[in-house]
Amino acid sequence: MLKVESLTKSYPTAAGEITVLAGVSFALAAGASLAVVGPSGSGKTTLLGLCAGLDRPSGGTVELAGEAIGGLDEDARARVRNEQVGFVFQNFQLIPTLTALENVLVPLELRGAGGAAAEAEARALLGRVGLAERAGHYPVQLSGGEQQRVALARAFVNQPKILFCDEPTGNLDGATAQAMVELVFGLNREKGTTLVLVTHDLDLAKRCQRILRLKAGRVSSDELGLPANHAN
Amino acid sequence: MTFILCMAWRDSRTARRRLALFSLSIVLGIAALVAIGSFGDNLRQAIDVQAKGLLGADVAVESRQPFSPEGRALLARFGGEQAQEISLASMVVFPGAGGQTRLVSVRGLAGAYPFYGEFLTAPSGGAALLARGDTAVVEETLLRQFGVKIGDPIKIGATTFTVAGALEKIPGEPAAVALLAPRVYVAQAALAATGLMGPGSLVNYKTYVKLAPRTDGEALAEILRPRFRDLRMRLDTVEQRKRELGSALSNVQAFLSLVGFIALFLGAIGVASAIHVHVRQKITTVAVLRCLGASARQSFGVYLVQGLALGLLGAVLGAALGVAVQLALPALVKGLLPFDVDFFVAWPTVLRGMLTGLVICGLFTLLPLLAVRRVSPLVALRSAFAGPAPGRDPWTYVIWAAIAAAVAGFAIWQTESWRTGLGFAGMLALSFGVLTGLARVVAWAARRFVPRRLPYVWRQGVANLHQPNNRTVLLLLSLGLGTFLLLTLALARETLLAEISTSGNGVRPNLLFFDIQDDQIGPLADLVAKAGAPLVAQAPIVTMKITSLKGRPVAELTRDATVRGPGWALRREYRTTYRAELTATEKLVAGTFTGRVAPDTAVVPVSLEEGIARDLQLAVGDELEFDVQGVPVKARVGSLRAVEWRQLSPNFFIVFPAGVLEAAPKFFVAAAHAASPADSTRLQQAVVQAFPNVSAIDLALVLSTLDGIFEKVQFVIQFMALFTVATGLVVLAGAVLSGRAQRVRETVLLRTLGASRRQLGQIQLVEYAALGLLASGAGGGLAYLANALLARYVFASAMAAPPGQLFAAMAVVTGLTVVTGLLANRGVTRQSPLAVLRQET
Repeated sequence: MLKVESLTKSYPTAAGEITVLAGVSFALAAGASLAVVGPSGSGKTTLLGLCAGLDRPSGGTVELAGEAIGGLDEDARARVRNEQVGFVFQNFQLIPTLTALENVLVPLELRGAGGAAAEAEARALLGRVGLAERAGHYPVQLSGGEQQRVALARAFVNQPKILFCDEPTGNLDGATAQAMVELVFGLNREKGTTLVLVTHDLDLAKRCQRILRLKAGRVSSDELGLPANHAN
Repeated sequence: MTFILCMAWRDSRTARRRLALFSLSIVLGIAALVAIGSFGDNLRQAIDVQAKGLLGADVAVESRQPFSPEGRALLARFGGEQAQEISLASMVVFPGAGGQTRLVSVRGLAGAYPFYGEFLTAPSGGAALLARGDTAVVEETLLRQFGVKIGDPIKIGATTFTVAGALEKIPGEPAAVALLAPRVYVAQAALAATGLMGPGSLVNYKTYVKLAPRTDGEALAEILRPRFRDLRMRLDTVEQRKRELGSALSNVQAFLSLVGFIALFLGAIGVASAIHVHVRQKITTVAVLRCLGASARQSFGVYLVQGLALGLLGAVLGAALGVAVQLALPALVKGLLPFDVDFFVAWPTVLRGMLTGLVICGLFTLLPLLAVRRVSPLVALRSAFAGPAPGRDPWTYVIWAAIAAAVAGFAIWQTESWRTGLGFAGMLALSFGVLTGLARVVAWAARRFVPRRLPYVWRQGVANLHQPNNRTVLLLLSLGLGTFLLLTLALARETLLAEISTSGNGVRPNLLFFDIQDDQIGPLADLVAKAGAPLVAQAPIVTMKITSLKGRPVAELTRDATVRGPGWALRREYRTTYRAELTATEKLVAGTFTGRVAPDTAVVPVSLEEGIARDLQLAVGDELEFDVQGVPVKARVGSLRAVEWRQLSPNFFIVFPAGVLEAAPKFFVAAAHAASPADSTRLQQAVVQAFPNVSAIDLALVLSTLDGIFEKVQFVIQFMALFTVATGLVVLAGAVLSGRAQRVRETVLLRTLGASRRQLGQIQLVEYAALGLLASGAGGGLAYLANALLARYVFASAMAAPPGQLFAAMAVVTGLTVVTGLLANRGVTRQSPLAVLRQET
């Protein structure tokens, strides 16, 4: 599902070029889960961005759902994201001017699949995350946990093949975070989605089948988490 | 597309009121264009509908001489019905008003003029009121000014008339003509008895023709026009009058449209600035959309639709306001038009105004929107990626080029001249460049030179002018430009009027007597000397015409299409003087001035004013021939003079040396200096009483006439310039509101740190007062500079720059800025710190 080969990312600065990711390689089968962990500045988020096609690598390749996305232009990568990828961000990233339902509908509407069926789908997902009654609420009217649940419903609405989560519990308190984790893994299991999760939380990471540790932009270890039959 | 429209609508939810306010920035500009354009269409239709009333006849023929038999024969070719008018400038005496006098245009009517349109009088009756022969219809404003009533006597020349009616309206002339020369109508038969039509009197003979049915007057006029021209008679037809009026109207409309366009341009910059802030607040949303699969085109489309919708709203509101303003315009230009105007909405013009607004606003909106295309989806992961993408977007240059083309295109379209249109666009760019540069200097100076010892609220208020994301340049530009426009107009008026009013200072002449007969000059000089105001200057006047230039007869030159230069300069009657020396108002610029020649000189060396020499394409040494009342006189251009025409002094295009014209029939013009307005009035009354045919014009009359015209015209222009100032205030309000979120955060932080509401209010007061003062100071400074340049290079006079005008403008603009700023910021200091800080987390 996701194949990364010798991935490198550098940025030019006044002081010279800074390499934030150097020669990262791994492959992830469909339905598998991977946690990327490491200290701040180790290149976790950069790796996530490159894997999801949010940015172009300086070197190496990324193959997502069988398509090499490194060479695609921004709009082509946007199409891939819309068709194959779901996102959950640390700070939720709901669009503040849209209701919960409208936020969930955006990925479908972007591909021209709006209408009653899409709305029913979105409502069902909101129901699945326990927010059926809050469909008409705006992000500002929802708690942090509720906002993240809306974001999760949005991530799954286009039936992505792979879900990228960037510190999904980073802005949530303990109990809310736990509930969120259950939802992420529950939905992942139900939908058969591949999961890539960036986190500081080692307990959360251990729930993935595989843990990739990054240090100064390089893979310092690539280890198994929970066995596959326990992972989710 | 559905997604773009849907998302644009949904995304605007929390910003609709703010976006609507931004759209107001262009409302006034569009309103100005729509109002002027639609009113222009009203005027054009009025010209078409009332075409014949513009002249009062189908054809009019006029001449400075009584019509010759040949002229009368030509006139007879038109057939139909005819009416005659003889007009001349003269003094009218109001015996009932203490014998006060006033220079008027006396018109003697014979026949049934006007044939079309109405001769409106109070009481009604029009020309019939003159039937008795000893009655007069007098300009209504004149009767009011001198307190004269119907039935009162007035004296013109040697004749006393009874006022039979007040003149309200007559076809062919706007009421504003009364400002220049109030009209007094009498029966033509009675005019001869006044004794005013002596030699040298500036008499105009005019015949109006009502054509017989099915006569093609235009075709006939085209055939006869060259022959009338040869006879120095001017032919006017309804179509020609329509063309002239239409062309004058187009010029005025183009000028006012360009003034209105400045307001639109300014508003569009305001919109662009507001959209810039709006887009910056939306960068995360755009990044999320990109993460979710939106293409650059889709995310750009969402905000482009919002920008265009904003422009459309502004255009609709502007059009509505424009139509409302159009309703007010007839009252504004009352008296300036020679016809009545019916109101109607010219929809194509309204749509054109809206389209212009949309295009300009759309182009300016594109500039900040370009950033949307380059928002990285990574911003959703890390806000550190929200900075501007490296490198200049090449589309920026394309859009700036499109803006420049649109501005120049609009100006060329309005002025119908490539040169003027490009000149306008260039001047607009220059003034914006200068004001922007000035604004940057001011913002820099505010940062650099504010003393650290100032109280905190002062320093914080001024610091707001140069904090990151400030709107100082935009606001200085919009408010400064408005101040600049208004003040430049006011100062130009001051300069012109001051130049004229000072021309009568000291012992310079401030009273001019003309139409003095040869035998009257001596007694008149004695009379004014006895009255304590001896003549300062006097000049004999001999009338003559040019018959040939450089060996070619004038008749041949006027028919030669390859000869450039105005025909009037060839055909006119020259009122020429002779003297031995130059006067104080003249300066020799070429050749040698010959003061005296022998009476039998074969080729007389004459001196020409440089402007008329240019028109006649004559240089020193060129020969010309005059017809001096039947006697041919050969002459040569001996010298060229620069003449200060603004001085109330006898000035001439052509000056002969002494020794040649003394024996020719002549009359005199004389100038005197009256110590006070009362002396001037007394002197005029004494002269008119003793010499009824002599007319007088005093400086006070010239000044009040000019001031009256200025006031009327300036009011119309200032009305348009006010749109610019108002746009500046709307832009200010928009800028304040668009930065409100940032302002709330700062205010809350200050409150958290212990600032009182009073202190917060004072900070805002200092900020807006500083902004208003700097903007009006910059605009005012530029206006003074522009006025100095105008005075030097256009008016060629000393600049009048009363500081009161600048201080008044600065006070008004600063006051308006403070009020607008505080109003737009109201409620900011009442925000609960806790609520805001919680939102932040």
